[in-house]
Amino acid sequence: MSLTITDLAIARGGIPVLRGLSFSLAAGEALILRGPNGIGKTTLLRTIAGLQPPLAGEISADRELIAYAAHADGIKATLSVEENLRFWAAIYGTGDITPALEGFDLTKLTDRPAGGLSAGQKRRLGLARLMVTGRPIWVLDEPTVSLDVASVALFAQAVQRHLAGGGMALIATHIDLGLDAQVLDVTPFKARAPLRGEDDFDEAFL
Amino acid sequence: MASIWEYANPRKFIRTTDVVLPWVTAAAVLCLVGGLIWGFFFTPEDYRQGSTVKIIYLHVPSALMAINGWLMMLAASLIWIVRRHHVSALAARAAAPVGATMTLIALITGAIWGQPMWGTWWAWDPRLTSFLILFLFYLGYMALWAAIENDDTAADLTSVLCLVGSVFALLSRYAVNFWNQGLHQGATLSMDKQENIADIFWYPLLVCMAGFILLFLALVLLRTRTEIRARRMRALLARERLG
Amino acid sequence: MIALLIRDLKLALRAGGGFGLGLAFFLIVTVLVPFAVGPETGLLARIAPGILWLGALLACLLSLDRIFALDWEDGTLDLMATAPLPMEAIVTLKALAHWLTTGLPLVLAAPLFGLLMSLPGEGYLWLVLSLAIGTPALSVLGTFGAALTVGLKRGGLLLSLLVLPLYVPTLIFGAEVARRGAQGLAVEAPLLLLAGITCGSIALLPFASAAVLRVNLR
Repeated sequence: MSLTITDLAIARGGIPVLRGLSFSLAAGEALILRGPNGIGKTTLLRTIAGLQPPLAGEISADRELIAYAAHADGIKATLSVEENLRFWAAIYGTGDITPALEGFDLTKLTDRPAGGLSAGQKRRLGLARLMVTGRPIWVLDEPTVSLDVASVALFAQAVQRHLAGGGMALIATHIDLGLDAQVLDVTPFKARAPLRGEDDFDEAFL
Repeated sequence: MASIWEYANPRKFIRTTDVVLPWVTAAAVLCLVGGLIWGFFFTPEDYRQGSTVKIIYLHVPSALMAINGWLMMLAASLIWIVRRHHVSALAARAAAPVGATMTLIALITGAIWGQPMWGTWWAWDPRLTSFLILFLFYLGYMALWAAIENDDTAADLTSVLCLVGSVFALLSRYAVNFWNQGLHQGATLSMDKQENIADIFWYPLLVCMAGFILLFLALVLLRTRTEIRARRMRALLARERLG
Repeated sequence: MIALLIRDLKLALRAGGGFGLGLAFFLIVTVLVPFAVGPETGLLARIAPGILWLGALLACLLSLDRIFALDWEDGTLDLMATAPLPMEAIVTLKALAHWLTTGLPLVLAAPLFGLLMSLPGEGYLWLVLSLAIGTPALSVLGTFGAALTVGLKRGGLLLSLLVLPLYVPTLIFGAEVARRGAQGLAVEAPLLLLAGITCGSIALLPFASAAVLRVNLR
């Protein structure tokens, strides 16, 4: 099991942002994506997660193996922490939410409505969702936003445990998580304006 | 022979329509002027309906194109869904306002005709009602196009709306028939035309219908060219931003 | 799958979920009509089936933009699209949840509102039956409209413009059943046609809704 990206080109709103991107991840490995704002990291992760089709290139991993976490956590304010997690556990067909609660130090908050949590606590709940998906490839978009130092450490531990269990993680982040991971800067893959006839991006219209 | 899909290339489309459009426009003007003059001035007055019957030369062709306009949009939407030719999506977009205008013309001329005939500007007759519903479908379709920024997303969504809308427009047609049997005279355009309308009215009507078909074609071609150019402008601007 | 339905029902029932708003709107419409057309019982009885159907339809319309908007805003929709649920199942369950929280209460409350509108005695059964058969179609069609407009800011008005023409056949047949029922006429034909529209919509529209939702998430 691995995640291999071959010669990927992606577009945001019909405009190419990255092209010629290739990398691969084997079981137990993590890859940190870096690059300035607006370069297309979010678009890349959304494409890998299967939310949008790539312009060109291949993504080897089955969508069914990928757990995706976006900027927004998808937390319902009127449901309790436990209900939020149980919902995702039921959707993914996994039963036990205790490891996820413990892993992100949410055990004391289980009965609190999620609307009453602080931003960092919500984030932790959003990340705890990854553990109940039971999926091997984590695709994470800026997971540490609004986390304090202790929570970042919790998160890093969770990722390490996931990797130790044979999982993979693809993380777009600006901070150092202290993980033993490869780092890929996507800046060199920024799409230039296509030459005429080079690809089919609105080619006919140019 | 060259495949018909070659015309799905915008540049090829523009080049071809450069040649075709003037001829279609000229033919449309010729047919319309000829047909309308023939119809208005050189046909006898109907013994029951008097001169009001002559509005038929606007009413029937516009009604015809109101429906065919939607059918054209449906065909173009299907082509977009199946083959993803951009020109097809843009042609569907271009046809909508023309079709909506045709529907409006049919409704207004119908009202003007109905006033002396039925003594009312509007009746909830099945045909009138169906056209009003068709007009609402056109409005929704155009509003959806206008509301979405990304061209391809808009094309995808409006195509599906056109498909679903077609089914429900048809359903509405039968529902409305069920709901109220109307005052409207039977089909003017039918295989056994002798039963409906005399030759002397029929020939100028045919010319007018040809005129409206050509007018619709000319307008849609013109608007599609405009849409293609607008799209090209957006593509160029996007490229500019990439640097 | 059942988890999604249960979650949606919970969300609707808890604070700010909007459950009951549709019902209250239906009540207000029913109360306003006599003010507008006069209190004459004969007239009210005659227009009651139509007004009640129209009120139910508008109450249904009112809550459509909530079907996807909240899940879209907090990112749940993206996460759900990557979950092992097919999009068709998501939209079907969303439509079902909408019907259970909006359509079903309207069906159950309709006899009460019929009373306010002096609906003739024979009409109650057919009113309730026609609403019970017709409102699922309204929910499914509304889900399609909501999926079309999910990414748009201020999509509410557009949603109405798109959905209302689609509601025409359902309204015609539904109101016709209720009207004929109230007048003691045969109702089989419109009832079967109404059921046909509902079954067809439930069977086919989720595919269209799922397709447009995928496009909107791109």
